[in-house]
Amino acid sequence: MRAADPLALLLPWIALFPLLTAAVNGFGGKRIGREVAGWIACAGVFSSFVLGLRCCFGLLELPAGPERVLKDVIGTWISAGDLHVTLSFVFDPLSAVMVLVVTGVGFLIHVYSIGYMEHDEDVQRYFAYLNLFTFAMLVLVLAGNLPMMFIGWEGVGLCSYLLIGFWFTDPKNATAGRKAFLVNRVGDFGFLIGMFLVFTTLHTLDFAEIASSQFLRLAAPTTLTIATLCLFLGATGKSAQIPLFVWLPDAMAGPTPVSALIHAATMVTAGVYMICRMSALFVAAPLTLSIVAGVGAITALGAGLIALTQNDIKRVLAYSTISQLGYMFLAAGAQAFDAATFHLFTHAFFKALLFLGAGAVIHDLAGEQDVRRMGGLKRWLPTTYITFLIAAAAIAGIPPLAGFFSKDEILWRVLENFLQGHGVYWLGLWLIGIAVAALTAGYMFRLVALVFFGSFRGAPEALLKPAEKSAPMMKVLVALAGLTAVVGFFGVPEALGGSYRWGGFLQPVWARGNEVQLPLAHGHWAEVLHTALVLGISGLVAWRTLDLFKSWPVHLPSWLLEDPVFPAIRRRAEVAFGVDEAFRRWIVEPLYAGAARLWQVFDVGVIDKAVNGTADSVGRLAGWARGMQTGTVNLYAVVMTVGVILLLLSFTLI
Amino acid sequence: MFTLSNCLILAAALFSIGVYGVVARRNILIMLMSVELMLNAANLALVSFGRYYWPRGDHAGQVFVMLAIAVAAAEAAVGLAILLAYFRNRESADSGAMGLLKG
Repeated sequence: MRAADPLALLLPWIALFPLLTAAVNGFGGKRIGREVAGWIACAGVFSSFVLGLRCCFGLLELPAGPERVLKDVIGTWISAGDLHVTLSFVFDPLSAVMVLVVTGVGFLIHVYSIGYMEHDEDVQRYFAYLNLFTFAMLVLVLAGNLPMMFIGWEGVGLCSYLLIGFWFTDPKNATAGRKAFLVNRVGDFGFLIGMFLVFTTLHTLDFAEIASSQFLRLAAPTTLTIATLCLFLGATGKSAQIPLFVWLPDAMAGPTPVSALIHAATMVTAGVYMICRMSALFVAAPLTLSIVAGVGAITALGAGLIALTQNDIKRVLAYSTISQLGYMFLAAGAQAFDAATFHLFTHAFFKALLFLGAGAVIHDLAGEQDVRRMGGLKRWLPTTYITFLIAAAAIAGIPPLAGFFSKDEILWRVLENFLQGHGVYWLGLWLIGIAVAALTAGYMFRLVALVFFGSFRGAPEALLKPAEKSAPMMKVLVALAGLTAVVGFFGVPEALGGSYRWGGFLQPVWARGNEVQLPLAHGHWAEVLHTALVLGISGLVAWRTLDLFKSWPVHLPSWLLEDPVFPAIRRRAEVAFGVDEAFRRWIVEPLYAGAARLWQVFDVGVIDKAVNGTADSVGRLAGWARGMQTGTVNLYAVVMTVGVILLLLSFTLI
Repeated sequence: MFTLSNCLILAAALFSIGVYGVVARRNILIMLMSVELMLNAANLALVSFGRYYWPRGDHAGQVFVMLAIAVAAAEAAVGLAILLAYFRNRESADSGAMGLLKG
């Protein structure tokens, strides 16, 4: 039975349009030619965006509340015993936000790619993958149940692998792709186990049924905790959190627009989205939520520190992404799911803008990614400079740009958890959050200073060719910069005179555990004070870093060098705290060693021996049997005669 | 004189001579002749049985032998042709030289 609302019939098409154009580009790419490929891909994503927008307005016409949802059940997918999985698409405010981000930002990045990839010989394959990715991501966010979500979940992982290894002729890129895929598989394993546990405890995999399941109250808390922890493991894989973040920095091997689309704006947010989507389940497992918040905070801090020490422009941004995703998990753990999605939303814009700006720099410097060989670029790349600066200010939390509102909301909600008496744990997380806010401003303005300020340190001939000549790229940068400046206003907090419409829009989606969100006695002035504090720290750090790194190579102030702690942290942060090395040493190498032993013992010792032994024994038997073939015809005649005689004798005797 | 047992003894003697010829002699021509001998021994046995069991009428045994002789003639022609080809190739009729395919 299909949906009652005719608008809901559009939902599958939101996902299917990019799949269609992916097929056109993927199968007919040679015939349609390289110029058309990009525009076809853009058309597919844009159609989805228009449909998404239409559905979104349709959603707003429905009465506010839990019924504000479009649902299209196409049919039964799996039916076995208790298990009934439908092919269903659900469009509620949370999906709406995600669809608009994926198709909106995705469309801009597609347009940008037309300029960025114009010299690449394999444009059709690139756009086919990019469209396929958009399809998978849309399935992920529109899915009405966990198995459907898992299709998209695996799909984005696959496309990420394909696009990281897009320039696969360099083994380094192919390896990075494999690494991303394998690390993601570890997370997917957790997701699957979590899904099985959810089914055995709640007897359903449908999101709406999970949220309203009476088993949520009846189930043993331990089971729910383990199930949610498994799901969270899946989220850490996809969203690059501790301990599975190692793939994201390596994923920068792909084309830069891919980094912008997949590894900043959309796919890596899947983990956050999943936790928000399953909020009812997570709220029922408070221990998991604390762990989610803790992991998020630690990841945000660690990645922020690492970002401060990296010299590859894309790696800085990659670690920055990990750090910001950590913020989102911190918010989700604090049950501020709306704040988490708000940051997800704003982050999609400014991080895409940062990556695309970095892509423009790399494009114009013919592939140079090391910030030590950049500098002073604001004179040659003015548009890139301005837009990059806007994005950097946004991520650092400078008002009124997007990042300010979302980050402020997260930190305030974490502090609120402490003020409401949930323990000193949340105060600690809040302090980490404040430190990360400072770090964010630090690494971001270090990057701005190293790339755009000072004097150019690379080879002088790199600057000779005309810069910023690709119209699609520049237009997209400007468009994204404009959006970055305004999208924050969806969620102006009440303390600052807004009405926090963001939270109101998403309210029906969540199941809040601590439903008693009484306006606190300290009221708005505390929130204003808090905002001022965060802003002050971020602004001060941003200004100081910019000043400090303007004239690179810098001489750090003496108080930093004499301090025994700082260089130690710095050394460790430069190698990403050795997590990669630890994985190699404790997991990869033992696996190799184990595989080598298995090969020697089992393959050589058992399988080869069995096969060779069979052949040898057949050979020996044949060697014995061929003695009978003397070649003497008379002997054969004797044998035959004797045989006949024996046969006759046997007849007469029986 | 022409009792069944006498006839069968004669046929067995002829057959044995044939077997001996095939087994002991190495000249292929002789071996072929010995085979013919065995064949005719069998024919003799057939005629004898036919005469013994159906003394008047019903010549099944005789007819059968006629058929066997006709087939044997064709078979002898083929055998001799092979023998001829072999002899041309090797300039000898010794069966001991036929072991070329021996492993």
